[in-house]
Amino acid sequence: MKEKKVILDIRDFSVSFEQYEKGFSKTGLPVIRNLDVTVHEGEMVAVVGSSGSGKSLLAHGILGILPYNATMGGELMFDGEPLTRKRQKALRGNEIVLVPQSVAFLDPLMKIGPQIRKGKKDRASREKLNRIFRGYHLKEEVQNLYPFELSGGMNRRVLVSTALMGNPKLVIADEPTPGLHMDMVRRVMSHFRELADQGAGVLLITHDLEQALEVADRVVVFYAGTTVEDAAASDFGSEETLRHPYSRALWRALPQNGFQFIQGVQPYVKDLPSGCPFGPRCEFCTESCKAAVPYRQVRGGRVRCVMAGREKGAEEMLQSAKEPSARLAAAGKHHTGAAERRCAPEPLVAGHEADHDKKMRSAV
Amino acid sequence: MILEAKNISFRYGKDTRQILNDFSLQIESRERVGIVAKSGFGKTTFCKILAGYEKPDQGEVLLDGKPLSAWDGYCPVQMIWQHPEQVVNPRLRMREVLKEGDEVEESVIRGLGIEKDWQNRFPAEISGGEMQRFCIARALGKRTRFLLADEISTMLDLITQSQIWSFLVEEVEKREIGLLAVSHSMPLLEQVCTRICYLEEKKD
Amino acid sequence: MRRWNGRMTAVVLFAAAVIFLAAVTAAGFGFSEEALVTDFSRKNLEPGGAYLFGTDWLGRDMFVRTLTGLSMSIRIGLLSAGVSSVLAMLLGTMAAVMGKTVDSVITWVIDLIMGIPHILLLILISYACGKGFKGVVIGVALTHWTSLARLIRGEVLQLKEALYIRMAQKLGMSRWKIVWKHMLPHLFPQFLVGLILTFPHAILHEASITFLGFGLPPEQPAIGIILSESMQYLAMGRWWLALFPGLLLVLTVILFDVAGESLQKLLDPGSAHK
Repeated sequence: MKEKKVILDIRDFSVSFEQYEKGFSKTGLPVIRNLDVTVHEGEMVAVVGSSGSGKSLLAHGILGILPYNATMGGELMFDGEPLTRKRQKALRGNEIVLVPQSVAFLDPLMKIGPQIRKGKKDRASREKLNRIFRGYHLKEEVQNLYPFELSGGMNRRVLVSTALMGNPKLVIADEPTPGLHMDMVRRVMSHFRELADQGAGVLLITHDLEQALEVADRVVVFYAGTTVEDAAASDFGSEETLRHPYSRALWRALPQNGFQFIQGVQPYVKDLPSGCPFGPRCEFCTESCKAAVPYRQVRGGRVRCVMAGREKGAEEMLQSAKEPSARLAAAGKHHTGAAERRCAPEPLVAGHEADHDKKMRSAV
Repeated sequence: MILEAKNISFRYGKDTRQILNDFSLQIESRERVGIVAKSGFGKTTFCKILAGYEKPDQGEVLLDGKPLSAWDGYCPVQMIWQHPEQVVNPRLRMREVLKEGDEVEESVIRGLGIEKDWQNRFPAEISGGEMQRFCIARALGKRTRFLLADEISTMLDLITQSQIWSFLVEEVEKREIGLLAVSHSMPLLEQVCTRICYLEEKKD
Repeated sequence: MRRWNGRMTAVVLFAAAVIFLAAVTAAGFGFSEEALVTDFSRKNLEPGGAYLFGTDWLGRDMFVRTLTGLSMSIRIGLLSAGVSSVLAMLLGTMAAVMGKTVDSVITWVIDLIMGIPHILLLILISYACGKGFKGVVIGVALTHWTSLARLIRGEVLQLKEALYIRMAQKLGMSRWKIVWKHMLPHLFPQFLVGLILTFPHAILHEASITFLGFGLPPEQPAIGIILSESMQYLAMGRWWLALFPGLLLVLTVILFDVAGESLQKLLDPGSAHK
């Protein structure tokens, strides 16, 4: 297979905010701590994390439009060269484009055509826009409409067209389908897929794992300010192929995979534990998880976990994690799934705690 | 108890599209009804009408045969919203948010995994998932008979979604509260509901 | 050491303004006797060591007179701005919460008052109430509430539609409890800033109607009186009679403005990041 060119390479990206505490003291709020993403040509990569976890800041960081009180760290490489402020400004809207969430981001007082052409009236850009619109089955008359006159489906296509007016090498879509119905989501996603198939790198930022799995080539799992796993979308086909305990927990929580949950919540930025942020909720957490955890290659993907790929007792570990969920998956096939689930005891954590030590010993 | 929407028609303002047209639905206390429909069908609008936030142009909402508008004070039909941050006063600490309606039982707070520490925080200092738990707890006051859940876990991560729904199903069953769940995710509704309605637009 | 930041500047400005204004007010009380003392042996002295602002044609110490006058102005401003903001808050909230009839009556009154030139209405009310301290305070209070009331009405109307307030209704909270718990805390910063920003208006209007002879009686050492009397002496080269009182009046007004704006900065939750 021919190695595809890396468009975007982000290493150890971090964002922190300065904020007033009580009174006069200012503190730094590290919203993103370690974020690593690579996007190749023609590839669609999804960054998946829960809403409000700060993943949108990634988009803003790449475009250089972070708010004034944010500080950015880490390495941003675009097309093989570092992405400086100056370069960000030059590339923004041209080689790097952001597809906004809704038409609310368009100027309501400007007609669609001139708005997308950014005021350019020359023949080339007119023709280019016509060509793009034809590709999305948008009539030429649409260019003379105002944003509010568009129907829901039309404005999605218009938004994607804005991305194509430049010569994008990288398209960033930040939660492009909030609260839309699945049919609509698929349609919007197919537009992004087309962009990728035409050779651009697409970075999809979303909270919706199911949606990401449908279209993306790779999925980067984002947890409490840190990327914990970088996996091929196909790795989510079964639990065994996943590397990080959190990704596995996500997999098990899918309604179709048993709707199984683990206890606890994602920690708030100020309450982050040292080392692995997932530690307190992880049944395999050891002392070594409390120091900085390196991001390393495991089975063709990357993972930020001490355990992953080193487990001698991996089989055993998987078995223990899978057992209850298998039972629930069976229960979940019926509409009365919830009732049956209640009957099932909760041995998930408690039942396996006893042989936890043994497992750890064999694992380390 | 039975919550009944009878021949509801609704549109926002005169010149806009008809959102609901002669739409009827019944929910009984022990039922968990799921609604699946295309976007733009007016699922949120329907929930708002059922909970009394909007008045239908035609038709009525009946609770045990009595119009819902006849209920004063605490409304037995409570709604949980997709965006919890819109239904929480940003100036109140979460502790006070919990106290807004009926008293919330300790078991509900524990069941939803709401930690003591969160209660002293302001809405801006907790995550969407945490806030949604508070909103659910608040809507589960003693007098709640029906619960309308409008895409309540769409913006949450999968684990939180599964935590919240497992609790809700159990609680609703225990207290015989009727549940209406709106979601775009079929697998989710299949897990949660006892009956699922597919809504399609009438084609004349 | 902590780095100097915007919030500290705001606090320092606010504190400085408040301290200065409080000091002037207090000084006015202390000098109220002295301000009336006439001494023809020190007539028409230019500003200098003993008499900072000079003396007038009756030998009265202008520094003392100015302070007393300003103190009087600030007290009038405080009182009338206070009354007028409370009025605004009350009527604005009532208009928005109590239904259509109340709303249209209040809106009508607001439009009526705003339609008449301020100074004219002020003179009429003050005159009708028998001029003097009472007349001025009532006049200023009754004319200055309208714009804040309109602002608050709009804010409450918007707030009423907020989902969290509609939710509170469904949770069984009564109308007035919602006003108390959800609305007033939201409106308070606006109220406070409105109050402080009404001060300068109140003071300037007090000074102007007094200047025109419809406000405080001439024996009172008020800024308006001082300025109006000094007019006749300006032509005779006694510039200090008008300059210092005028400058101090302007300074007072600016300080109130500074106080209001720094308070706005401190209360605005959006400024938490600056």
